[in-house]
Amino acid sequence: MKRRTLLFRNLTDRTMGAVAIACLLGVLAAMLWILESVGTHGAAVISWEFLTQPSRPHGVPGGGIANALLGTFLMTLCAAAMAVPAAMAGGIWLSEFAAESKTGGVLRAAANVMMGIPSIVTGLFVYAAWVVPTGHFSGFAGSLALAIIMFPVVMRTTEDMLRMVPNTQREAALALGMTRARATLTVVCRCARGGLATGVLMALARVSGETAPLLFTALWSNAWCGGFFHSPTANIPVLMTEYTTNSPYEALHAAGWGAALVMMACLLVLNITTRIYANR
Amino acid sequence: MNDNNFQRICCAAACLAPLLLAGMVLLLGTGSWDAWRTFGWEFLVRGTWDPAREQFGAGNAMLGTLLTTGIAMLLAVPPAFLTAFYLNNAAEWVRRPLSLGLDLLAAIPSVIYGMWGLFVLAPVVQKYVQPFLLSLPGLSRLPIWGTDRNGFGIFTAGLVLALMILPYISAVMRDVFRMTPPLLVEAARGIGCTRWETARDMVLRYGFRGMLGGVLLGLGRALGETMAVLFVVGNVMRTPGGLFDGGTTIAATLANHFAEADGMLRSVLFALGLVLLALTFAVQIPAYFYRSR
Repeated sequence: MKRRTLLFRNLTDRTMGAVAIACLLGVLAAMLWILESVGTHGAAVISWEFLTQPSRPHGVPGGGIANALLGTFLMTLCAAAMAVPAAMAGGIWLSEFAAESKTGGVLRAAANVMMGIPSIVTGLFVYAAWVVPTGHFSGFAGSLALAIIMFPVVMRTTEDMLRMVPNTQREAALALGMTRARATLTVVCRCARGGLATGVLMALARVSGETAPLLFTALWSNAWCGGFFHSPTANIPVLMTEYTTNSPYEALHAAGWGAALVMMACLLVLNITTRIYANR
Repeated sequence: MNDNNFQRICCAAACLAPLLLAGMVLLLGTGSWDAWRTFGWEFLVRGTWDPAREQFGAGNAMLGTLLTTGIAMLLAVPPAFLTAFYLNNAAEWVRRPLSLGLDLLAAIPSVIYGMWGLFVLAPVVQKYVQPFLLSLPGLSRLPIWGTDRNGFGIFTAGLVLALMILPYISAVMRDVFRMTPPLLVEAARGIGCTRWETARDMVLRYGFRGMLGGVLLGLGRALGETMAVLFVVGNVMRTPGGLFDGGTTIAATLANHFAEADGMLRSVLFALGLVLLALTFAVQIPAYFYRSR
């Protein structure tokens, strides 16, 4: 072992501490910079009209983002309706019926790998599996992509949360003569309901900002969401992308910032409330 | 509902995960069949991208993906470790808000990173960062900077990616610090190690697997990230001559060309998707088994 003087060791310690603080401040400064950019650019265009009118092509006055907000809301909700029950059932199986089994291990590995799949690949998959066979882009296809992204996340959190429920609860329920199905649903899941809700909300927050999987599935449009199941559907992330990368107009850039502000505000509120609720 | 049915339903739901994975490989495989048959394995390294003559190669996109990911990892991993190190030692009233801040950074959607990169960061990179790096003696002579000076390109994309993946890596590393048995840490402090030595020689070695898991998590995200890169990488289908040059990545190519593609180009894009999927598998599967062993 190399011998170092105390002074050198202390200096290294102090330097590393200082560098660490600098890194942390740098990262937080970057975050504030992002928030500030979105806040100032976005606040300039937010108005009642902006929030309640549907988007219109460039040059037509009075456009807003209301249809995109509704579309994102519908898509996320529909994705959750598809993914959450299945994912919870899967999580229940992993935790209650296959905790130590080999099959369980394989399925758990599959879910973990699935969590790491780039969202754009999920978009491609849904394009090939749903958009091509049905013959049209649709908001529902977007929901499918979001559901596939949510599924492994919710499944793994469900499993983790159920595993934290003490075994005495299960034993007590079974001793009362409940079937395992009933014991699991009414006792074990009930014990873990706070954690389950947090997991679902975090997954929702994560997918509602996803853009890449919607590029080839939901596309976007200026219409309201009447054609959710059979035609392109407006949504906030793709609207932002279209307005900022594919258009040279200042007005659309500004509207893009406005949409960014609305989305970020919603996500931050959702995140913070979930965390406060989870820490309680 | 009787128990057997309940268990069967739950099992079927859990089996959706491997089924969906298999479905992805299958559909991307059949979709890209033409591309593989026409271009063969050379497709992976060829730098051609000529839609007019229907000659394609994944080389540029692969190189772009590897370069941006590499820059992001280099820039993100050390600060992630250091921030975890600091937050672990900090007092409760410092730790909680700062941790929350880092977590919220991870909650910002990638498309907002992209917009910010496009309108705010890229001009700053062009005006200040590029001249600064090029003015450093020695560093500026290295032939790694390329010829573009417009603020967009591989370097800026790596920068945005680094900021995006840092909170993820840092969160995992914070957990590793927290899960290290207090006895080990106290023993190290007891024989006179400084905090930094405890972190480096004790926590890092004890929790190496966990730390590596965090790094691989970040790596996986950086490889497949689309929007943040799409906005700032320049989207030029050519081999980047240096870090400041515009380029493309696999994900950005997909996002850019897929909507108006058909015929061979569509097949080529499916092939790119398959390559990206394979890259993620190559990161995720070893990571999972290494961690769970």
